Amino acid sequence: MPSFSKINEDYSIVCYLETKYLPPMSWSPLILTLQLASVTTVVLFVVGLPLAWWLNRSNSRFKSVAEALISMPLVLPPTVLGFYFLIAFSPGNAFGGWLDEVLGLRLVFSFAGLVVASVIYSLPFMVHPLQSGLAALPASLIDAARLLGKSPWQILTKVQLPNIRPALLTGLVLSFAHTVGEFGVVLMIGGNIPGQTKVASIAIYDEVEAMNYGVANAYSLVLIAISFVVLLGIYRLNGRASTPLEKPITQP
Amino acid sequence: MISLQVSKRLYAAGGEMRLQLDLTIEKGAFISLYGPSGAGKTSTLRILSGLLRPEAGRITVNGTTWFDAEAGVSIPPGERNIGYVFQDYALFPNMSVRENLRFALRDGAPDQRVNELLEVMELGSLAGQKPATLSGGQQQRVALARALVQRPKILLLDEPLSALDPSLRRRLSDYLLEWHQSMGLTTIMVSHDGGEILKLADRVIEMREGEIVRSGSPQEVLFPDLKASGLHMVATLLSKQIDEGTATLEVVVSYPVWPAPYLSLTTDAATAAGWRAGDKITIELTSQGHRLSKR
Repeated sequence: MPSFSKINEDYSIVCYLETKYLPPMSWSPLILTLQLASVTTVVLFVVGLPLAWWLNRSNSRFKSVAEALISMPLVLPPTVLGFYFLIAFSPGNAFGGWLDEVLGLRLVFSFAGLVVASVIYSLPFMVHPLQSGLAALPASLIDAARLLGKSPWQILTKVQLPNIRPALLTGLVLSFAHTVGEFGVVLMIGGNIPGQTKVASIAIYDEVEAMNYGVANAYSLVLIAISFVVLLGIYRLNGRASTPLEKPITQP
Repeated sequence: MISLQVSKRLYAAGGEMRLQLDLTIEKGAFISLYGPSGAGKTSTLRILSGLLRPEAGRITVNGTTWFDAEAGVSIPPGERNIGYVFQDYALFPNMSVRENLRFALRDGAPDQRVNELLEVMELGSLAGQKPATLSGGQQQRVALARALVQRPKILLLDEPLSALDPSLRRRLSDYLLEWHQSMGLTTIMVSHDGGEILKLADRVIEMREGEIVRSGSPQEVLFPDLKASGLHMVATLLSKQIDEGTATLEVVVSYPVWPAPYLSLTTDAATAAGWRAGDKITIELTSQGHRLSKR
């Protein structure tokens, strides 16, 4: 391994910004990362919202089991998840074979596989904010809407979701950011196919392995910038949402 | 007529409790549920409205079965046509005052009903504001207006006035009485406040630990031991208004110490003839009602 002082000497940010040192960077891994994060976030919202809704109102004994399963990706090394995805999705095995033959879906070393794995890997980042947001709403709001004859769907879309906007935003942004930052799972299940599964985090690893520190640095800087802007955006928005409203007027 | 015979196990702070109700309420009555907290008053409202499901029993309203545990009948809350004012008002924070009311409209119902209520409740100038920018009294009026949008036959009020200051309470209880009468409502109100109950309720139902322990006129229930001798209260007259032989008096009670000392009383104009603001009045409570005289 090269020493990091070497990297600093050769490829400081200033050096990088000078055009003559601009490394031959391909945008494809960055675009792929953003595509993966966007698709994953949309799928996660569709999957995570019903889960959070159910967890919030359920008294079932399976609730704690479901909660534990959803939170597993928080504590497991990504490689463990990746390893079992690889085994499960492999066409040589029962489940993977069934997917391949019946649905024509090959989830190993493919973009679709990355999406499925990312959805499971980032599930707690969508479900937890939504669930706590829903739980924090006063129960009387739901009761009031039920008494007015509103359906559960109307209550969800007209009352619950509009009133948990900060939680909603947190769930969406964390899911997106967490998918951008994914490495272990993608490495295990996606491999390194340019344009298909070679996302930015993999590309950085790849370039470092090939001693192309300049390119690795470029990718890293773009990721840092994206992450910072995304997180800054969410804190700005949530900060504004929680600003105290006008002071109540005391007279009726 | 509302007939309610239900039982339900409740888990309160003090442990498990059985709510056992056998209750008949006449159409057009103004009932007050009275009793210490944790007695099951709010649960009674929730059971009647369908938000809480009893384990056993029946609820029938004007001949229609709303709930029957044995037959497995339970009409959903939205189809019971009940107006419900929650203790915390439960206004939707994401909607303006007008939108809160419009949300309550049945599909296809005209907007005119909303405008009418905004006007009558003096909310017109606040229609575009969000609930968080309103005072407690304003929120209470919005909650009451929203509860009335669907023209309910039954109005349930869960301590609607408890968070308000005394002068506001008085004005809003006037509103309540007016609406109760003009809309032909059957109203059930949870209240701890003696003054409010005396002013509004025809009948008081006292609950303790999940059971009805007493039911009767406000005087009977609030002053149970004084039927024979009567209780003398001393009050100062604040204002007098005479309307077709009936005098409406606003008084402040100075003896005994009273939780809500402002009362509004009516008597015939002849009794109150010559009384002026500042006069000391004796209020004698009997099982029939109250008798007023000047000290």
